[in-house]
Amino acid sequence: MQMQTLKFIKKTAPPWSNGTVSTPNGPVYKVSTDWTRPDYWGMIKSRAGAFRMNYAVEPGLYAVGEPTKDSDVLVTANYKLSFDTLRRELKGLNAWVLVLDTKSINVWCAAGKGTFGTDELIKRISDTRLDTVVSHRRIILPQLGAIGVNASIVQKQTGFRVSFGPVRAQDIPAYIGAKYKKTPGISRIRFTILDRLVLTPLEINPAMKKFPWFAAVVLFLFGLQPSGILFAHAWHGGLLFLVMGLLAVFAGAFLTPALLPFIPFRSFAIKGWIVGMLMVFLFTQVFNAIVLHDTILLIVAFLLFPAMSSYLALQFTGATTFTGISGVKKELKIGLPIYIGTASISLVLMIVFKLKEWGVV
Amino acid sequence: MKYLANVTTLQYASDKCTGCGRCVEVCPQGVFVMRDKRAAITDRDLCMECGACAMNCEFGAISVNSGVGCATAIINSMLTGGEPTCGCGDAGGSSCCS
Repeated sequence: MQMQTLKFIKKTAPPWSNGTVSTPNGPVYKVSTDWTRPDYWGMIKSRAGAFRMNYAVEPGLYAVGEPTKDSDVLVTANYKLSFDTLRRELKGLNAWVLVLDTKSINVWCAAGKGTFGTDELIKRISDTRLDTVVSHRRIILPQLGAIGVNASIVQKQTGFRVSFGPVRAQDIPAYIGAKYKKTPGISRIRFTILDRLVLTPLEINPAMKKFPWFAAVVLFLFGLQPSGILFAHAWHGGLLFLVMGLLAVFAGAFLTPALLPFIPFRSFAIKGWIVGMLMVFLFTQVFNAIVLHDTILLIVAFLLFPAMSSYLALQFTGATTFTGISGVKKELKIGLPIYIGTASISLVLMIVFKLKEWGVV
Repeated sequence: MKYLANVTTLQYASDKCTGCGRCVEVCPQGVFVMRDKRAAITDRDLCMECGACAMNCEFGAISVNSGVGCATAIINSMLTGGEPTCGCGDAGGSSCCS
């Protein structure tokens, strides 16, 4: 029977496993601490937002190295990137890894949603019969899992005492080496320029998905003539607006996140507006003499594009590590009416511009 | 980096604190430190309202209105009147979650 199970496991073993380790409840997969090409490729694709839903690992118990009854138990999410990040940092360690079913969402987000949560942890501890695999009663959770896991309830229901470990998997060896003591540096979440840059594709992609709508409106407005829609006209003025639209996306979804700490003011809306304003200013300095000679168009450009950049920058609050819901609500309360107002005024000005163009006014 | 000042809903009643240190253990922003065997707040403006401290304070000394700090989610909740929920479960993929 045991042989058969092993055979079955070998046949369908995931590519990142390197054998099995036996437990009182049957064999579990041993996890490699090295990444192979598909792991890197998967990371790149998930960072780019190519597949958010199905980049998953089967929930359950896994082994790293040759763990014993005394080895540590590390808990993670079943988002494969979370799992991969963890296993890569466990070189040379012998440990158990307990993967929760978070619907292939990372620890932090899943904890916020409650899927990396108290109930799921209790269920997974009992399903894997963890109490028969290890003789101690300690489990180590990623610190950011504390948003969804109530440690005292877990202990009451399972007997396992939860320790919230480091924020980052890379600090786990140091944390274990220091006898489960955390230095303040290990507990603090960081937000380096690299962290921010990695997140920008997920800001740019949704913005660019909406861009065709913006382009359609712009080309329609510029192309509209008493005799119909003329493409020559549409391109003549419209192209510059499209370029400035792209600049607004660049300013709000890339430059503002990247340069975040160096842009004055704490409000993301203001930060985004400043960067957007700068871009429009630089752009008009370069191209003003050539095409943007109309005062109305110039006003629209200075109204609309900084506001677009500001709105996009405000979206980045969802990805940062230091903004709270109360602050975002406050920004939106003030910002939304301004954005809607700006868009409306811009539209009215565009109509005035058209009427002037047609010689009506 | 700090976000807007004086907006956090974090409330801490130090008289209920037993000094277990959980809040210090879970806070990713260093808002709490242990001082004279009790938790103390360093700088409220550092709080990102994640809710980990309130979730893990056994003694009910901490409360905070936590939630998704994602603009899209909040706009949607303003429109629908519901609670802000993160769109990271949607196939479209949302910037809330990375």
